[in-house]
Amino acid sequence: MRLEARTEHQAWRAIAYPALAITFAAVVCALLVMLSGASPLQVFGLMLKGAFGTQFAFLETLTRATPLIFTGLAAAVAFRAKLWNIGAEAQLYIGAVMTVVLGTGLLPLPWPVLMPVLMLSAMIGGALVLSVPTFLKTRFGVDEVVTTLLLNFIVILFVSMLLEGVLKDPTGLGWPQSKKVIADAQLPKLIQGKRLHYGFAIAIAAAVMIWIIDRRHVLGFEMRAVGHNAKAAHFAGISVNSVLAKTALLSGGLAGLAGWSEVTGLKGNLTLDLSPGFGYTGIVVAMLAMLHPLGVVVAAIFVAAVFVGADAMSRTAGVPSYIAQVMVAVSLLAMVTALMFTRYRLRWR
Amino acid sequence: MNQSVLHLQNITKRFGPLTANDSISLELAKGEILGLLGENGAGKTTLMNILFGHYVADEGSIEAFGKTLPPGEPKAALKAGIGMVHQHFTLADNLTVLDNIVLGTQSNWLPWSGTAAARRRIRQLGEEFGLAVDPDAVVSGLSVGERQRVEILKALYREARILILDEPTAVLTPQESEALFRTLKIFVEKGLSIIFISHKLNEILAACHRVVVLRGGKMVAERAVAGASKEDLAELMVGRAVPAPKAAPVELRRPVLELRGAQHQKAGQRLDNVDLIIFGGEVVGVAGVSGNGQSLLADVVAGVVVPQKGSIAIAEQRPAKISPRDMVDMGVARIPEDRHSEGVIGDMSVMENVIAERLRGSDFSRGGFVNWGKAKAFAEKIIADYDVKCPGPSARTRLLSGGNMQKLILGRVLANTPKLILANQPTRGLDVGAVAYVHEQLLAARARGAGVLLISEDLDELLALSDSVCVMYRGQLTSPMDRKQVTVQTLGLMMAGQGFRHAA
Repeated sequence: MRLEARTEHQAWRAIAYPALAITFAAVVCALLVMLSGASPLQVFGLMLKGAFGTQFAFLETLTRATPLIFTGLAAAVAFRAKLWNIGAEAQLYIGAVMTVVLGTGLLPLPWPVLMPVLMLSAMIGGALVLSVPTFLKTRFGVDEVVTTLLLNFIVILFVSMLLEGVLKDPTGLGWPQSKKVIADAQLPKLIQGKRLHYGFAIAIAAAVMIWIIDRRHVLGFEMRAVGHNAKAAHFAGISVNSVLAKTALLSGGLAGLAGWSEVTGLKGNLTLDLSPGFGYTGIVVAMLAMLHPLGVVVAAIFVAAVFVGADAMSRTAGVPSYIAQVMVAVSLLAMVTALMFTRYRLRWR
Repeated sequence: MNQSVLHLQNITKRFGPLTANDSISLELAKGEILGLLGENGAGKTTLMNILFGHYVADEGSIEAFGKTLPPGEPKAALKAGIGMVHQHFTLADNLTVLDNIVLGTQSNWLPWSGTAAARRRIRQLGEEFGLAVDPDAVVSGLSVGERQRVEILKALYREARILILDEPTAVLTPQESEALFRTLKIFVEKGLSIIFISHKLNEILAACHRVVVLRGGKMVAERAVAGASKEDLAELMVGRAVPAPKAAPVELRRPVLELRGAQHQKAGQRLDNVDLIIFGGEVVGVAGVSGNGQSLLADVVAGVVVPQKGSIAIAEQRPAKISPRDMVDMGVARIPEDRHSEGVIGDMSVMENVIAERLRGSDFSRGGFVNWGKAKAFAEKIIADYDVKCPGPSARTRLLSGGNMQKLILGRVLANTPKLILANQPTRGLDVGAVAYVHEQLLAARARGAGVLLISEDLDELLALSDSVCVMYRGQLTSPMDRKQVTVQTLGLMMAGQGFRHAA
């Protein structure tokens, strides 16, 4: 048994492999469900119903998908240029910090002015967080996987310090949480009375913009060139370091937007449980989407549906909702394996 | 002598629509050196991979020493006494010669037993076949020629009686090649048989008894080497007559490259106060043993490296700054030393690769957006004008053969009527047909008035194309010498350092 490089590249694999990966994950989860004594068909049915079955469920899934689209795009953009940004979690939190610092009354502006200012400052915050590891990589060759990953812990402890200190809400009964953002800093809901907010629409718009940059813009070309072969890109006159710096700004900015959108659209304030690992899950989303910006939207909705569906299912079927983690993790492993088979074929002899 | 040891019968192998081997039959006699001649992509390597069990043939059978080999089992091929020496060595650098040779032949359960016996056996084989290598030397410290000896010893240690050598001279100096040929003669005297794969005609004529020519997956000829002529074989291999490059005299124009006092030091290579002037309409060749600063010289002219001291001017103008983009903008066509790592981005399309150098200019983008229509038209023009064989502008570039990749690079850099052409090892690894094409294109550019800086380790190529030749040694560059005043012998002596300052 060995691997042989494929010579042809077929488009149908881009659909077939994610589908296969997810099917494989479903089979593994079915076995686990059977171990816990429930019927897999019933459990998957409940998950499906819990994620898409009612208007409430469907909107909840889209709400959960919103930050995942942003962090998924952040990972996809960076991974295209082979900038391994594992730090979307930190960038998300700094984006949220920027939003609550400026949005809780410091800037008493009307919302048409305040909103763009908050968006931009959240992006700048996230971008700066990723710029430091990127500078260390281009200047000194420090591995960005390590620095971005470790920055996550530093930033989360830093946010914890802020929430116990300067950002602490004096009326919060001692809870480590920030003040609520002012009314002009709150994103309207997409549908009156529901939780789904304009952040979702902006996330879709961001995905379309990234897709256009990837396909049409010189920067997208340069990012792919640097990712595939930095040496040849340099020889052809593409400034590798400047492309990596721009990639960092874009990727970090997108992750910062995830924090902005959660605060202004959903939570209203900053707490330490703002993100249950959206930054890390964004990596799974980007891989499932094969780094395609529009695919990120689909993958984010899928992953969100698994989490939302599992929550609903566990209430009824008594299977722990941790099954969602297993499902997402196994689909990532299956996907990474499947991706290898887009470039290699298996020979049995 | 005419006892058959290996018999290939009607071997056919298809990869999708491509038939890499089309019903090939051949026979190898005991004590014979059989040359397997063909251009890159003619099917030589595929055939040998089938013989060695790396691929399974779609049709046909193989018999070694009268027994049919099971298809697709390298172990069976090894056991039958077939040994292969690959073009790219498969040695572990951090292990000793002894460890590399016995690797995989010993039981995992008895790690130390037999080491002394193995060492004795390697020494004995080395003496018997004239392949002296210290069994306890670490491979990373060996020269390329010595590494090849280790590869051959590895096959002999496993009692190979048929040796397959895939392009064995590609990495050797002429002297090392001759030593190898002498070794091969010893082998066949001792009853071994050899298949010698090459696309170099001189070597086939010097080393082999009989030659089989492959073209486009088919066996087109079989000749005894005695009585075969080089021209005849070249035509059989390429499918048409191959003209020798001819340079017509061209009137010299203004200087296109003025490099003055260039100094740089980087990773073991250096430029030591290098001056070089090239005029439009001349080819200046740079000879030298690999690693004497030629790559650095090329990097400076390509704009990839900014020299620590010195100045450069292209067509009597100083670039605003030394960078790849400025050099392209000023009319420098750059053919890099390594096609795969620097020349193209393999995972991107042909179309994307041809516009990569001029992405930021107004030719292929407006307002920061790529004009894919123009890019596609340009790619199609290059594919047509430079005869690049590929499925189309959207094909992934890594699927192109070496020759077609080089044609693509030529098209990309020559389409802009450059003033100066930097050709760094432009024909390395190419087959006869592609080499002739590259030479033709360089001379055509010279006739149009471009200056050419040709860096090559192939002295025949340098002398055939250049108007004048410089020699590079430890970072120093001689002034250009008229082509008619130099010979291979004088160049060889200078390449070894004769006539240079020996600075500490």
